[in-house]
Amino acid sequence: MADSPTTTARPIASIRARTLQLTPPRWVAFCRGAAPIVIGVALAVLLQFYANRWFGGYREKILIDIGINIILAVSLNIVNGYTGQFSIGHAGFMAVGAYTAGFIMYYGSFWLFGDTQFHGGILSATTDPRGLHGPGFSGGDLLFPAALIAGGLVAALFGFIVGLPSLRLRGDYLAIVTLGFGEIVRVVIETTGTVLAGDEIGGQPWYRLLNRVGGPMGFGGLPIYASSFWVWVCVAATVLAAYRIKASTMGRAFLAVRENEIAAASLGVPITRYKVRAFVIAAFFAGVAGGLFAHEIGNMLNAGELGFLKSFDIIIMVVLGGMGSISGAVVAAIVLTILPEALRSVSEFRMIAYALLLIVMMIARPQGLLGIHEMWDLPYFRRRRTGGKTA
Amino acid sequence: MALLEIHNLDVHYGAIQALRGVSVSVEQGKIVTMLGANGAGKSTTLRAVSGLIRPTRGEVRFDGKPIHNLPPHRIVEMGISHVPEGRGIFPGFTVEENLQAGAYVRKMSHGEFERERGRVTKLFPVLKERLAQPAGTLSGGEQQMLAIARALLSKPRLLLLDEPSLGLAPLIVQVIFRIIREINQTGTTILLVEQNIHMALNAAHEGYVLEAGSVVMKDEATKLAANDDVRKAYLGVG
Repeated sequence: MADSPTTTARPIASIRARTLQLTPPRWVAFCRGAAPIVIGVALAVLLQFYANRWFGGYREKILIDIGINIILAVSLNIVNGYTGQFSIGHAGFMAVGAYTAGFIMYYGSFWLFGDTQFHGGILSATTDPRGLHGPGFSGGDLLFPAALIAGGLVAALFGFIVGLPSLRLRGDYLAIVTLGFGEIVRVVIETTGTVLAGDEIGGQPWYRLLNRVGGPMGFGGLPIYASSFWVWVCVAATVLAAYRIKASTMGRAFLAVRENEIAAASLGVPITRYKVRAFVIAAFFAGVAGGLFAHEIGNMLNAGELGFLKSFDIIIMVVLGGMGSISGAVVAAIVLTILPEALRSVSEFRMIAYALLLIVMMIARPQGLLGIHEMWDLPYFRRRRTGGKTA
Repeated sequence: MALLEIHNLDVHYGAIQALRGVSVSVEQGKIVTMLGANGAGKSTTLRAVSGLIRPTRGEVRFDGKPIHNLPPHRIVEMGISHVPEGRGIFPGFTVEENLQAGAYVRKMSHGEFERERGRVTKLFPVLKERLAQPAGTLSGGEQQMLAIARALLSKPRLLLLDEPSLGLAPLIVQVIFRIIREINQTGTTILLVEQNIHMALNAAHEGYVLEAGSVVMKDEATKLAANDDVRKAYLGVG
């Protein structure tokens, strides 16, 4: 064997190179694909049972806020970050999802269970689950995710409708359309009538009730279902979906549209189709986040709160984290949710500090914390992963 | 029958008419060039062929099939690849990612893509050294090479090149034109828009001269280069 000395000289390197080229067995690939979901659900269960014990009720609520904001920021990032369109109506999709889910939960509970109270099990309970004597599982545990998905789907439908003008509009003009959409949603909801209470609901056809979601007074009396568990399951699903999209052909096409629309079109990327797709996907997750927001403890669902100020809050998270970066959006959502709470004791200066942070950020790092990169793309992590070699 | 037939094409930008009855035909395997001053309608013709703008009248036939009503991605799938003016690379993508984007409509396997990429980078060895580099950091000539290489990855039968010499050093221009001829020799038909008339007529088999949105002259490249009017108007001789 003439070449055996060379192969034995660097055995580890050559074996490694060879194994990297092999496609893993199917079950390994499956486990690898399923791992993030399993980890996400496990984390959500852990938080559901221990968040209250570890952090207390107030901080658990902040954790839930963080989760909802992560979903909003990561989903808006698909439109504003990946595809480079400028949507400032994300709260509008959130409102559509919130009211759809709220409608299903409130009136659906009445039809299914006879009243509009909470009918969930341990995983849906927001109060300390140890003190709860309810059932482990109940009908509400099925109704709530169904309502979330329905809210997401209706929001996605609106995303499609709003996405269509993006066929012809760019930059500021698209921004104005999305802003207008958000305001239309708010105004329409504010023209609705008061919520009906228990006995008044009976005998009403369902379409009459569509007009009974509270109007300017807000949709009161929604049962509290948005527990740590549901919120963090949705966070895991959103982040995973966003990451898989970014790594896929579709994600590459989104980024190509953002980088250079004409070049993308001339290479055969159907840009209008991808713009609409980005809107639909982002709207879906915004709708889910809205459904969670509507059923969160301490919140009163009110369309006035989901106006353009809320949209700007979400945009700031995306911009701060870095347009196109998922981990950046997550970090920014966490920081920008905790910050106002942490500064509550000096609340007179809170908005000043907030504004200063943004100004400093725009001067020092206009591309956001992470730019388009992910946290694990940073030189420090990359060096560790590739064992010193730069790719 | 010619590979590409443009027949009586009119294009409007709003109220302004950019093309007035332009007819061009490109034979299989040839290099055809379109010459003319700024605003003559050369780039507009290419944009109409690749579907980036829709003509108001007239027709474009590729391989006998009308394509003037198809969206750009369908046209790329049929085998026409457009290298837009000003290069139009994706600056934030690496060179490798730019090339991958070029293969977007072809849905190749990994091995197939590597083979195609190898074939293309043989024409542009400098790109091979820079696969992991962000494309925005390349020099102007390298960016132009990347744009052409990327267009080749969709395996076009017809390559539309819009001013590949724009803003490049004379030496790089020569390299680019040498490569254009090489691409043509491997069987790809080329429709070339140029302001560098000397280089273009040297490389091309046939030429069209456009003025104010119409074809004013059409001939073999060697004859155009010898034509007194062309020499006076564009080559600054005579």
